[in-house]
Amino acid sequence: MLKTLQRSQIKGLFSSPIDLRLLIDEVPVGIVVLDTDRRIVLLNRVLEALTGFSQDEAAGVPCHQILRSKICIKDCPAVHMHAESEPACVESDLINRDRMLVPIRINMAALKDSDGNLVGYLETIEDLRSIREFDAKISQAYSFAHLIGRSPQMEKIFQILPVLAQSDSSVLITGETGTGKDMVAEALHQASSRAKAPFVKVNCGALPATLLESELFGYQKGAFTGAVENKLGRFRMAHNGTLYLTEIGDLPLSLQVKLLTFFDDQIVYPLGSTKGFQANVRVVAATHRNLEQMVREGRFREDLLFRLNVVRVHLPPLREREGDARLLLDHFLNILTGQFGKNIKGFSKKTLGILIDYRYPGNVRELRNIIEYAVNICPDGQILPHHLPAYLTEPAQWVQDTDADDKQMLHSVHPGLNRGKSMETEQTWSVMERKMIMDALVKSGGHRGKTAELLRWGRSTLWRKMKQYEIN
Amino acid sequence: MSRSSQPKPKKVLIPLYGDDVAPRFDMATEAMITFGGETREHREEKIVVLPQSSPEKLCHLVVTEGIDVVICSGIEEEYYQYLTWKRVQVFDSVIGPRKAVLERFYQGVLQSGDILY
Repeated sequence: MLKTLQRSQIKGLFSSPIDLRLLIDEVPVGIVVLDTDRRIVLLNRVLEALTGFSQDEAAGVPCHQILRSKICIKDCPAVHMHAESEPACVESDLINRDRMLVPIRINMAALKDSDGNLVGYLETIEDLRSIREFDAKISQAYSFAHLIGRSPQMEKIFQILPVLAQSDSSVLITGETGTGKDMVAEALHQASSRAKAPFVKVNCGALPATLLESELFGYQKGAFTGAVENKLGRFRMAHNGTLYLTEIGDLPLSLQVKLLTFFDDQIVYPLGSTKGFQANVRVVAATHRNLEQMVREGRFREDLLFRLNVVRVHLPPLREREGDARLLLDHFLNILTGQFGKNIKGFSKKTLGILIDYRYPGNVRELRNIIEYAVNICPDGQILPHHLPAYLTEPAQWVQDTDADDKQMLHSVHPGLNRGKSMETEQTWSVMERKMIMDALVKSGGHRGKTAELLRWGRSTLWRKMKQYEIN
Repeated sequence: MSRSSQPKPKKVLIPLYGDDVAPRFDMATEAMITFGGETREHREEKIVVLPQSSPEKLCHLVVTEGIDVVICSGIEEEYYQYLTWKRVQVFDSVIGPRKAVLERFYQGVLQSGDILY
């Protein structure tokens, strides 16, 4: 050890000798110094951690026995290297003491003395695991965090999300309810360099303006009646992390201005305080509203939209994601059967038809809830239509019941003839019309005159339709 | 009586790189198999040359040859677990010349991670 220390002293660089080992320990890549026989002279702390061998164990041992890289055995770059050789850079892998195969990049250069004679080699070893994982995330474009999808729209999003995660720009996530905005926001945080710092979520639509202001920016003790102590705002809580503002479209105009000032100088002023706090926060916002439309209507500040809209991620509704409904049905069925310990083998053909044809206004959340309901109701075997929530099957059931006689007659006359498409449409319209009347009646508190006005019908038409649909 | 109570001599395999233990199990194209007594005189050794490096084929060789002990250097967790599951004792991260390593093994003092240079 003493001998090694004495050998690694560098004289002449500074007023007193310095230890080379201490110097290379500070470098964040693996470094190994070899002699001309390719035996290890020195290795730094990073390489000790990477290989699992300490400097004391490795000193004097042939490099290939410690580095255990594929290239060491196949074609060691040092073998052909002489004093005038250019540095060589190769990608390979090593097996460390923990029996892990680690992808690495080796950069090898010849070391010369003042006379130009070869005295040894300097190798730097980069751990490529994080880069490879990142590459894998980009290429494995069918999922990101807990989001899955196979449609071209989602594939594009999965490709872009890992890249966005690495940047520090503000992100605006738009999309209908249930499309996964919250999941994207959290996944962006988890995949970013801020992952170890807090992820703070604030629902801008859940609190009245005054409360929301103190919640976001905090307050100083004595700022108002009841402010008996200092309160840290969410911005401060998210320092070094990510602040996720969900339902940003519901943010009151007064707070939009305050948020705007934060975007300008990154300083948070708690209520009643003159002293600001420099918050290092990445803002991710989400809304299901059309912010451009809101800007035109004067309900959302244009300048705030421009600041939020640095990067926009639009999550398409499930009905526009070709083929994803089937993928998600199977995915949630697998997960939920595991969770509930059920032995469910899949969906019956008819059930699958109903589920795939449904338009899912509540998107993935609704789909998940439907499967959760079905898994709860279904005892085992296949999920049948009657295991689905009633609202999926009820209209069909109603049509079947009222139309049973006609259907029977049709089948008896033309056995191969299915129920006509036009008839189905007609019956669906009847259901819709009946629902419209019911809704209007509820809105008008049962007042028929007002109901007719709401529906823009005459009173007699309403009376006739109500009689037709047996609404009393 | 005394013969049956004696432990069965162990069959040892060492993947080789020249005269040393191969730095990597998956890259070895040669392996030495020893069996017989504890002293060198009573021991039989044979070198098996593999057509190409393949950890799967080496594992297959271990199993088909009825090897009890594998002494190697770098080995991936997958193959280590497979061999131990097959009840093969594995000494890994052993660095050094094969003869020194073998002597140490028969002395009963070899441990995983030993460096004999």
